[in-house]
Parts: sequence; C-alpha cells; structure tokens
Amino acid sequence: MTNSIACVDKAQGFLVIGSNTTENHPIIGDRVKRAVTQRGAKLVVIDPRRIELAEYANVFLQVKPGHNIPVILGMMHVILKEGLHAPDYIAERCEGFEEFAASLDAYSPERVQEITGVDADLIRKAARVYAGAKPASILYAMGVTQHTQGTDAVKCLANLAMLTGNVGVEGGGVNPLRGQNNVQGACDMGGLPNVVTGYQKVGDDEAMAKFDEAWGRKVPREPGLTLTEMGQAALEGKIRALYVMGENPMITDPDLHHIEKALDNLDFLVVQDIFLTETAAKADVVLPACSFAEKDGTFTNTERKVQRVRAALAPRGESKPDWQIVQELSTKMGYPMSYAHPREIFDEIASLTPSYAGIDYDRIEREGIPWPCPDKDHPGTPVLHVEKFARGKGLFHVVEYKGSAEEADDEYPLVLTTGREHPHYHSGSMTRRCGRINDCFPEGFLEMHPADAERLGLRTGDPVRVTSRRGEITTKVKVVDRPAPGTVFLSFHYSESPVNVLTNPATCPVAKIPEYKVTAVRVEKA
Amino acid sequence: MINVTIDGVRVEVPKGATILEAAQEAGIRIPTLCYLKKLSPIGSCRMCVVEVEGCTKPVTACDTPAGDGMVVTTDSEELREMRRDVLRLLLVRHPLDCPVCDKGGECDLQDLVYEFGVTAESYRTERFERDVPRYVSPFIRQWPDRCVLCGRCVRACKEVKGVGCIQIVDNGFYSYIGPVPGVECISCGECLSVCPVGALTDSVHPTKARIWQADRVPTTCGYCGVGCQLELNVLNGEIIRVTTTDFDKAPNFGSLCVKGRFGWEFVNHPDRLEKPLVRKDGELKEATWDEALGLVAQRLQQIKDEHGADAIGGFTSARCTNEENYLFQKFICAR
Ligand code: SF4
Ligand code: SF4
Ligand code: FES
Repeated sequence: MTNSIACVDKAQGFLVIGSNTTENHPIIGDRVKRAVTQRGAKLVVIDPRRIELAEYANVFLQVKPGHNIPVILGMMHVILKEGLHAPDYIAERCEGFEEFAASLDAYSPERVQEITGVDADLIRKAARVYAGAKPASILYAMGVTQHTQGTDAVKCLANLAMLTGNVGVEGGGVNPLRGQNNVQGACDMGGLPNVVTGYQKVGDDEAMAKFDEAWGRKVPREPGLTLTEMGQAALEGKIRALYVMGENPMITDPDLHHIEKALDNLDFLVVQDIFLTETAAKADVVLPACSFAEKDGTFTNTERKVQRVRAALAPRGESKPDWQIVQELSTKMGYPMSYAHPREIFDEIASLTPSYAGIDYDRIEREGIPWPCPDKDHPGTPVLHVEKFARGKGLFHVVEYKGSAEEADDEYPLVLTTGREHPHYHSGSMTRRCGRINDCFPEGFLEMHPADAERLGLRTGDPVRVTSRRGEITTKVKVVDRPAPGTVFLSFHYSESPVNVLTNPATCPVAKIPEYKVTAVRVEKA
Repeated sequence: MINVTIDGVRVEVPKGATILEAAQEAGIRIPTLCYLKKLSPIGSCRMCVVEVEGCTKPVTACDTPAGDGMVVTTDSEELREMRRDVLRLLLVRHPLDCPVCDKGGECDLQDLVYEFGVTAESYRTERFERDVPRYVSPFIRQWPDRCVLCGRCVRACKEVKGVGCIQIVDNGFYSYIGPVPGVECISCGECLSVCPVGALTDSVHPTKARIWQADRVPTTCGYCGVGCQLELNVLNGEIIRVTTTDFDKAPNFGSLCVKGRFGWEFVNHPDRLEKPLVRKDGELKEATWDEALGLVAQRLQQIKDEHGADAIGGFTSARCTNEENYLFQKFICAR
C-alpha cells in the first residue's frame, strides 16, 4: 500500500475494485464500512459480484471479469472532460500527462458501455463520486492483478489517483491489499526473480557488489525465473530440482494438470511444510517445518509495517523453523550459516537493505514500523510519495484495453472467476484443518445467477460439473444473485474440487501473474 | 478547549469531551462497566456516577459532556454506596459462579465487586434459566445469567463490525442477548472480545485456563496481509484460544476475523509433520534429519555438477517470515 491502514479513517471517498474487502481483509473492510456509515464517506465499488461492500456503495459497477481497464479509462475520460482532475498537482508533480490525456479520447462512457455493457451514466456517476471526494483512496486486490492485463490495470489505477491528486496524501493512495500474511515481506526479501532485498536490482552492480561481499560469494547478475516460468522450465528439463518452502502450487497454481506434469518431470523435489500438502505428497524429500506459532521472526503486512512474530509453542515433534532447516542444509552443502536466532538474520537484512536499515527487534517490540526506515531515528513511512514520487515525477502511463486471454463462446458460455470465502484461507491447508471452522463451512459452492440456473435447470445444492478448456471438476451449485448473469464464481479452498484444474495459465507479461479471474467454462448437472 | 476541575485537579480538554475523558486526562480513574473507548457511550450501567457542583443528582461520567468551569467529584461515600447498589442489583441475576467461569481473574464485574466490597448476594430471586437459545455464532458459548446487559457486544457488533446481528431481546429480568432476525453473524468474535464478564466465552477448545495459568504470547496473525496483532493463549504446550486484550494496538485495535480468532486449531492438528520423510521404493517413509538433509544436499550437489546451478529452482513463501525468506534467497543465490 502507498498508504497506511489508519489512512482509511482519513479518506473522504473510496474506490474499491477487485477486492472483496469484507471477506478477505475484514479489518480493513470494517473500517471502510465505518467510514461510510459513520462519517458519510463516499464509496464506489467495481466488482463482478454484488459483494457486501456493494450494499454500502454510492455507485456499484458490476463489471464482467476482465473489464476493469475500460471502465477505469471511461471514468478518467469523464474526469478530464468535466474538469474534475487536479491540474496543479499534475503540473507540479507528474509527467507524461499530454500523451496520456489524448489516449483517453477513445474511451467515452458510451464507447465503454459498448465494450463492457456497463451503463454510461453509471460510469459518469462513479467518476464524479470518486473525483469529488478529497482525499480518496483506491483499495484493490487480486481482482485487479490476476489478469493478463493486470499490470496495465494497476497502472490505470495509479493514473486515476494521480489525475485526481490523490497520491502522496494522507487518506489517499493506491492501495493493494495483500492476500497472504507475508507476501509483502517475501517480495521485500527478494522473492522476485529480478531483485534482491528491498527491491535492489539484480543488475545494479554496486548493490550486487555489496551482496558479493556480505555473502562471500559471487551473486548471480542475471534475473531468475518467476513461479510460472519455473513450471515451464521444469517441463522443458531446464530445471531439474526444485526446493519448495511453504507453498502448495498443486492447489494454488493455474492449470493444475500442467503443474503436475512439471513436478513429475523433475529429477528431485524437496518440499518443506507443516503438512503433507498435495505438493509435498509428490516430493522426494519432505522436511517438517514449524508453524507461525512456533517460531520467532517478522512479517511485513500490507501497509509495509514490519511486525514481530513470536514463538508461543515448542516445535512440534522433530520439526524445525524454516530458517533453521535452510541454515543446516546450507551448511551441509558447504556454505556454512550459524545464526543463533532470527534476530541476527534480521540485523543482517537491515545492514544490506536501505529501506529496512533503521528497523530492529527492539524498536518493533510493541508496534511495527513501516518501511522505508533508513536509520535508527527514522519513525518509518506510513505514506509513500509525500512530497515527490520515489522516481521524482509521477509518470502517467498510456494504457490500451486488450481484453482477456479467454472469452466466453458457444462451447464455454460462462465466465468463471475465483476468489476466497471469509472463513477459509488460500489452499485450505490450514483452515480446512481447523475442526470448528471446517465443521461450520465444510464445502464450497459454485455461485450462479438465478437466470443462468433456470436456463440450466439447476437449483441450490445440485451437483454440477464445471468444464474448461483444461479440465473439469465437480462441485455443488448455489443460486444467488451475487454474480451477474453469465458470470460464475468458485473459491479455491477445497482440494476436493480444485478450481485451478480449470484456470488459465496465461499470464500478465510483466508481473507474470496468471489470469485466475477469467476462465471460460461450461456448467452441467453432474 | 474548556477547563474542568476533577477532584481538585484542573485539566484542559477539547469541547465535547466527556467527564470521563476529562478525568482520564487528569489521570483519575472512574470505575466503568458498560463504557468502552471504541464504542459509543450509552450511560446504562451507572457505575461511573460522579457529583457535579450545582447538580442535584449525580451524573454518568461516560456520556455527560464536560462543561467549561465544571467542578467534579469522582469519589465519596455516597457515590460508593451508589456503585455498590449497582453491583448488588447486577448480582441478582449474575451468579457468583466465578470458580467455574472462564473469565475469572480478568472480569470487570469480579474486579468491581471485589473493589467495592460487596460480599454477598443481597437480593435473592429465582435463577435465570441457563439453557437459553444457542448463540448466533457456533464458536461462542453464551451464559445468559452472567450477562450484565451492558450492551457492549451489541454495540461492538454494529459499530465496529457493521454487522448488527445481535440485540437485547425481551425486557427486564428476562432480557438476554439474542439474534436480529435475518442478519447473519460472521463469527468474528468482536462481541466475545468486548464482553466485560463471562457471559460470552470461546467454545473452540474444551480446555480452559485462568489468566494466570496460561501464557499469553503477543504475535502477528498468520493469515491475510492485514497483519492483525493477537495473543496466543498457551497451556501445557498447546494453544487453547486467541485473545486480543490491547485495544490500542494497530492495525486491528483488538478486532479480528473468524480466521484470526478461531482458526488456530491447525497448529494442534494430528496431520502436522513431525519427522522428515524420504521417498523409498516409491513411498514417503520417516527418516532422520541427517538422512533427509544428507540426501537433499547430495542430490542438489549432483544436479548442480551435472546441469549447473540454474537447474535448481526455489520457491520462497509468502507464509514464512522475512528472515526465512531472506535466508532461503541467500542459500539459493550463494550456494
Ligand atoms: S461474532 Fe461478530 S458478527 Fe457474530 S454476534 Fe459477535 S460481533 Fe456480531
Ligand atoms: S453478553 Fe457480555 S457484553 Fe453483552 S450485554 Fe451481556 S455482559 Fe454485556
Ligand atoms: S460506564 Fe458509564 S454508565 Fe456504564
């Protein structure tokens, strides 16, 4: 997030897009609801489903999965045409505006209505509501990024926020809500192929020299592979061994049949996890790890705040914290490591990472600190880009709408979109093993609009077969008017109906995130 | 800003502040029960009564705005007797069942009864029927006779979570917290976390512990990216529940969702891996750490020698700590 969670309380307006906030980030969802009901803040919601926040919205645009970009372009067209933008802010702090402004000409609300079916007047209204609220915050999640044009959609949102002068102000911002506890931290630590810690570029010689020295080894200067590319590389035999720490791609990756083949093609697979997950079951060696309750360390939350995790229990059986396993393996392979406690590792991270440099365990004993925190006296940075953008000027990107990789057709007439349900989490390996939660919420359902259900002769509870170009699964249907006609929804928590058998591995060319949110499917009574 | 004198201490507070807030500013404690900082005050329990110069009757400090020049007394024998009466009346309904109550040791009512020296149940009537309806959430057990009808749960559900699925049902002696028809509970446990007594208790784990028996370890939730702060309550090496007692702690200020508050059972699950596993004759069999790590080291080395370091891939994890992700990275890059 460019801004802090507390900033939600200062926003006068919100655009919530591709985020079912009240179910997936309930604590932030609560705050948005409070802002609307208790302070009269304005709310625009854009989502393929009539999610809970839609009930609180001044304007709700129910888009088809994949139509975020044209709708945002349409909103920006209106903002510009009606002079609702922030010319002084743009002149002072941004660049690339002329070209960008010209590119919006093609996206009148009427044209957008033609593309998306969303009423032109609603687009106008959404534009006025968002632009009329100062400051206004954009909250988004995977509904924006898990598309082949995901990066473009994010750029679009950044454009929208800059256009209205909402970046670098309290209560504003462009705020991705991170789905997993430490997705932010994993990226900060260099869990992306082209960077090391704190987003220092693999190509940056000076930074790399620092790592060469600290690590006592020559660090690779070429970017590695992304998750999705690794699958392909395994199929092609370029990757022979895979070491998986705490992930379950056999449930969470798109096109599971493809992933299964990739894993089968490896010479050697090591999986380190707390359970024998679907992925671990395929491994040659499984290393038992500790859960969050059994280890010390830090997680970095969605607002970039580095917070403590503390061991409350002794390791279970012979299991060990992941850091210790990595350390022992590394030592065995001739690259010795001998940290006594995660605190020592953290200090090393801080010494190599400018944005973490001022943080240590003592400082975050009671409350976390948001990076960047360059030195020990720095209080941390709740709001990014305050006086100027990190890169100097905020750059407007020209974005053109291209469409999703897959569209509904005669054979696969419905569009499936995926996500989570509030009681469960991700691949389900944790919440499905919480007795009480699983007793209360034992099965998933395909959400379908009554109109589609009637056409297909389906009633709530009927077993159905869902088929895409890549595979089929069975589940039960729930007839509700949350999705629009033509759209169906499934969550991915249930390994008995693994929705990612169906999803499309087509990825966004920049972020390499798969298009989980748009899959053409056919639904039949099973 | 306005000036208020509380027990002889002069404080300056913003206009609109309540007498209670002014007292807090002055460092003076006024006993409360239905009041909670994060909720709107309703002035219903009357524990917080204070005397204001010029007023004939005591007023409730939690919901009475302080006035400029106001002179307030928070403690006198009369006020104490009034507070004692409040407590005596609560004890008509509330059984003194502290020995079997989960909340014993951290219960506002218990503390107040103790503080004000109410030593007996002064008024006796019939007991409240215990088997009142099941609570709206299957994660929470309701003990209606312990309820002091402070309405904190009702306000929290509505004001903090925006749900509003519970309300005070019936009236007088028989009132209890019941469902609002047609509104679904999301099992967030906000109500549970704000109940000052043991009228709502966590029902997930059968074993309970007194506050002084269990360890309460503050940590960060392991689910979504909000990073809520919570406390794992540990007894005999097992998690028995999750609490949030620090309502001033960002980012969640004591609130959680169903996963954070009730979704910890996986930690104790029998499926947890306890030993390394190594594939032998097609099957995963238990092995020692030495054997397992030895095999990993040997196979990775071999693949590196034959195909180069690039033939080894690693998946780091959004579930693991920063330290672990860093170390994994270091291992993969520097090995
Ligand atoms: S669990 Fe949450 S939603 Fe249910 S009654 Fe309590 S506060 Fe309301
Ligand atoms: S259940 Fe607890 S919080 Fe709710 S009214 Fe009764 S005593 Fe107060
Ligand atoms: S605390 Fe003021 S009336 Fe209850």
